[in-house]
Amino acid sequence: MAVRFLYPEFEVVRNQDRCVACRACERQCANEVHRYDPELGCMVADESKCVNCHRCVSLCPTRALKIVKTDHAFRENGNWTGKAITEVYRQAETGGVLLSSMGNPEPYPIYWDKLLINASQVTNPSIDPLREPMETRTFLGKKPGGIQRDAQGRLINNQTPQLELSVPVMFSAMSYGSISYNAHASLARAAQALGTYYNTGEGGLHEDFYQYGPNTIVQVASGRFGVHKDFLEAGAAIEIKMGQGAKPGIGGHLPGQKVGPDISRTRMIPEGSDAISPAPHHDIYSIEDLRQLVFSLKEATEYKKPVIVKIAAVHNVAAIASGVARSGADIIAIDGYRGGTGAAPTRIRDSVGIPIELALAAVDQRLRDEGIRDQVSVVIGGSVRSSADLVKAIALGADAVYIATAALLALGCHLCRTCQTGRCNWGIATQRPDLVRRLNPDLGCQRLVNLVTAWDHELKEMMGGMGINSIEALRGNRLMLRGIGLNQKELDILGVKYAGE
Amino acid sequence: MNYVIIGGGTAAVGCVEGIRALDREGNITLLAAEPYPVYGRPLISYLLEGKTTEEKMLRYREPSWYEENAVTLLHRRAVGVDSGARTVALDDGSALPYDRLCIATGSRPFVPPMDGMDTVANQTSFMTLDDAKHLEEMLGAGKDKKVLIIGAGLIGLKCAEGILERCASLDIVDLAGRILPNVMLPEPAGIIQAHLESKGIRFHLSDSVARFTPDTATLKSGEVLPFDVLVVAVGVRPNTELATQAGCSVERGIRVDSHSATDVEGIWAAGDCALSHDISTDTDHILAILPNAYFQGETAGRNMAGGDASFTQAIPMNASGFCGLHMITAGSYEGDTYLSREDGSYKLLVTRDDRLAGFILLGEVDRAGIYTALIREETPLSSIDFALIREKPQLMAFTRAERAKKLGGVKTW
Amino acid sequence: MKRVYVNEKWCLGCHLCEYYCAFANSGQSSMVKALKGRRIAPRIQIEERNNISFAVSCRHCTDPICVKSCISGALSIVDGAVFIDSDKCVGCYTCILTCPYGALTHSEQGAVQKCELCKTNEFGVPMCVQGCPNQAIVYEER
Repeated sequence: MAVRFLYPEFEVVRNQDRCVACRACERQCANEVHRYDPELGCMVADESKCVNCHRCVSLCPTRALKIVKTDHAFRENGNWTGKAITEVYRQAETGGVLLSSMGNPEPYPIYWDKLLINASQVTNPSIDPLREPMETRTFLGKKPGGIQRDAQGRLINNQTPQLELSVPVMFSAMSYGSISYNAHASLARAAQALGTYYNTGEGGLHEDFYQYGPNTIVQVASGRFGVHKDFLEAGAAIEIKMGQGAKPGIGGHLPGQKVGPDISRTRMIPEGSDAISPAPHHDIYSIEDLRQLVFSLKEATEYKKPVIVKIAAVHNVAAIASGVARSGADIIAIDGYRGGTGAAPTRIRDSVGIPIELALAAVDQRLRDEGIRDQVSVVIGGSVRSSADLVKAIALGADAVYIATAALLALGCHLCRTCQTGRCNWGIATQRPDLVRRLNPDLGCQRLVNLVTAWDHELKEMMGGMGINSIEALRGNRLMLRGIGLNQKELDILGVKYAGE
Repeated sequence: MNYVIIGGGTAAVGCVEGIRALDREGNITLLAAEPYPVYGRPLISYLLEGKTTEEKMLRYREPSWYEENAVTLLHRRAVGVDSGARTVALDDGSALPYDRLCIATGSRPFVPPMDGMDTVANQTSFMTLDDAKHLEEMLGAGKDKKVLIIGAGLIGLKCAEGILERCASLDIVDLAGRILPNVMLPEPAGIIQAHLESKGIRFHLSDSVARFTPDTATLKSGEVLPFDVLVVAVGVRPNTELATQAGCSVERGIRVDSHSATDVEGIWAAGDCALSHDISTDTDHILAILPNAYFQGETAGRNMAGGDASFTQAIPMNASGFCGLHMITAGSYEGDTYLSREDGSYKLLVTRDDRLAGFILLGEVDRAGIYTALIREETPLSSIDFALIREKPQLMAFTRAERAKKLGGVKTW
Repeated sequence: MKRVYVNEKWCLGCHLCEYYCAFANSGQSSMVKALKGRRIAPRIQIEERNNISFAVSCRHCTDPICVKSCISGALSIVDGAVFIDSDKCVGCYTCILTCPYGALTHSEQGAVQKCELCKTNEFGVPMCVQGCPNQAIVYEER
């Protein structure tokens, strides 16, 4: 390429006074940024290949490396930003659809950060979670409409199957294929250790992980990859994926190069073939069709497992959720537009869907208004970043949250957002054996357990502060929230008062 | 239980440590003829070279070792063994009773009769600390002495290395056509010879001394070598007389089985006086090397204390260096050969019947023990990646399972 | 006794263990000071080939052949671990001849060097273990 329109996004800054030329950076960079130059007698870098994943920075034993954003600039203006210009150049060069990974990075409002949590003072005193019991156990599933008794007056157990969560946090769907074997192993083991659930995503369940079945949610998506009787029976619940927050309205594509022997067997597709998930389920064109699938799956598993229907947060999410609740689903999972992905068209990721906070508030309100809130549990995902986000989500009406990006961060992900290249230096979003090996599940599991345990502590602390000692009492308790920097419409949708009101 | 060990060298140390591994109570009496605590005899050349000191040398085992192991050390010479009465006669006329006896009498220098040798005043063998001290004394501090060494084996060459910087000239004569005739093949021997010659040592091979005068040696070839100091390092002979007297079978050395036991009840033997079964050639001969002395001694000791130990991995093996050129050899050199030479390094691997039979490494010797272990453990070469291990010694050549065993557990050798 | 064990399944071949080892035994206060501009001679070494790699260091055998073979008594066992007294070592390499793991190497000072589990330096816990990014090297009782 004689004319290069694009300048590298990052600079690799190496302090040569500190570098001992151990070459760990070179050996650990799958993008081949670093190399030892024997003539110069030092390490050199080709920053054009750098994705700023920090693998080299994290392993450098003398802290000789840092990666900085280049200050080289286009003649930007408020309209033609550097990003906009760059993307035009890139498309002019390739003629292709721009691909991106992870969640919507655009600076749309983050409503979690515009909500404030209450605390007790004087009356309704706060509770010290270290001294008094604090219940974070949560049950997901349809709640019985009323008490039933038999002719003798004995209680009839009309409880449908439930998921029992020790903490109201689950790991959301990430397929084996989009993430590595060791990432799955870490999630599965952590879910078991934490008393919660992880989700297979739509890639089937590797035979090694059937042992974690009681802590597994198995997913059935439009590609139906890896779905068979044993798979359905292996999990504690079945999730039908209708949509994904990062790319509502479109399907998925796992490139053939990632479909190695193990993934081929797990997905039940030929080795090396592209795994294309269609945009819609070809057998679902209505709520009635969805109901058929929900009950097919319940039939197949003898009504022993709750069925989750996962939808993306889109404009009519409240109405859609109402329909889903009537389809027989036990749990609705709603995924906001900041939810992650291994690969999505950039335009879709950045422009389609709505914030999960607004979607959650709207859905919870709609289900209440229709008197069917107890027919389903509501689980939300799409960028829950901290225990504070978690508390706010529950107060807005969620029964539990799904986390994925935060979980990947715990595993070492540095949000370089180049999952689609398959060269994840942290061994997460890759199938290259040499890279997969970098994620030792012993360490990965421990870090996930640490993260969720920390959140659980903080959750209890915040609940105690509000004088609340169970998730039940916090759920949908919007009086515990106040808005700040929000307009009246936003406050109305969120169903919260302004700070000071 | 009375244990008596005749000899105060490495085999004796092995024997004591073998006994004490199983029996902390029994009495151990150790008869050492030399007036020193135990030391590694190969160290004497390093002593002369200045790489160690007498004080450090004599700490082969720390001074407290005898006490910690409850060893009674007698600086006495044994002069007889009565295996019927179970007593050892000492040079002071007393008799020492034993229940279990280990003969670890080692060897002595062999000095062939040479014409006029008795006229040479400044001569020594090169085996003991006293020999080294004697040699040092004869050399003095002037770097002005011409030294003649008879014998270009390991002892002669190590001696040469040790004193090279302390003498004016150094000549070495050997009857054999090459140096290190017992441990080397001609080509690598030539490499070492050239290296030593470059350091100033002169070799006179396929030759021997016809006659001596007090300060010259006339060789069979007619060459006359003037010298001030003579070192005789032709070879050694095992000290087997006591064993013979005790009724043990003695061939070229004392016959022992894999338990280091002789064929006389209550008597074991170990070290340079005893035969070993060399698994690299499937023959019995004396392996006069320090590790072997320890292994045999320890095996004897454990069995003397009632244990059931056997030593079945004896092979000839040597690690040495000559003026900076390192040499490691092991096993036998009969079989198919794989040779590589590069950058002044020489490497020969010899295989036979799907086993590594032996090797010679010069220069680059890193991790040679991986090769040695293949010989000692008689590892089938078909069970490893031989092409890989031929390149260099590496655990990568083993199967993943074998590696996991080697690196994932605790190994007892 | 705790020993250093390696699990090749998790070894990344990053060689950081070698650098941490060289630093730990350098007596210097920082890795930069210890290693900048130097060729390292670590006591733990990576073998690697075809995407397989693993570290090898002294196994601290319970009945070590190197100690039995040592001609100078420089190698000895203290509380189960094999140590070398470099003052006594004359560099004969008999231990290199006998160690089945190739775990002893020559040092720049002429003597032989080996892993002493960081018991003789200030770190206490083996630095190769501390520096391994993937727990491929562990220090534990087995």
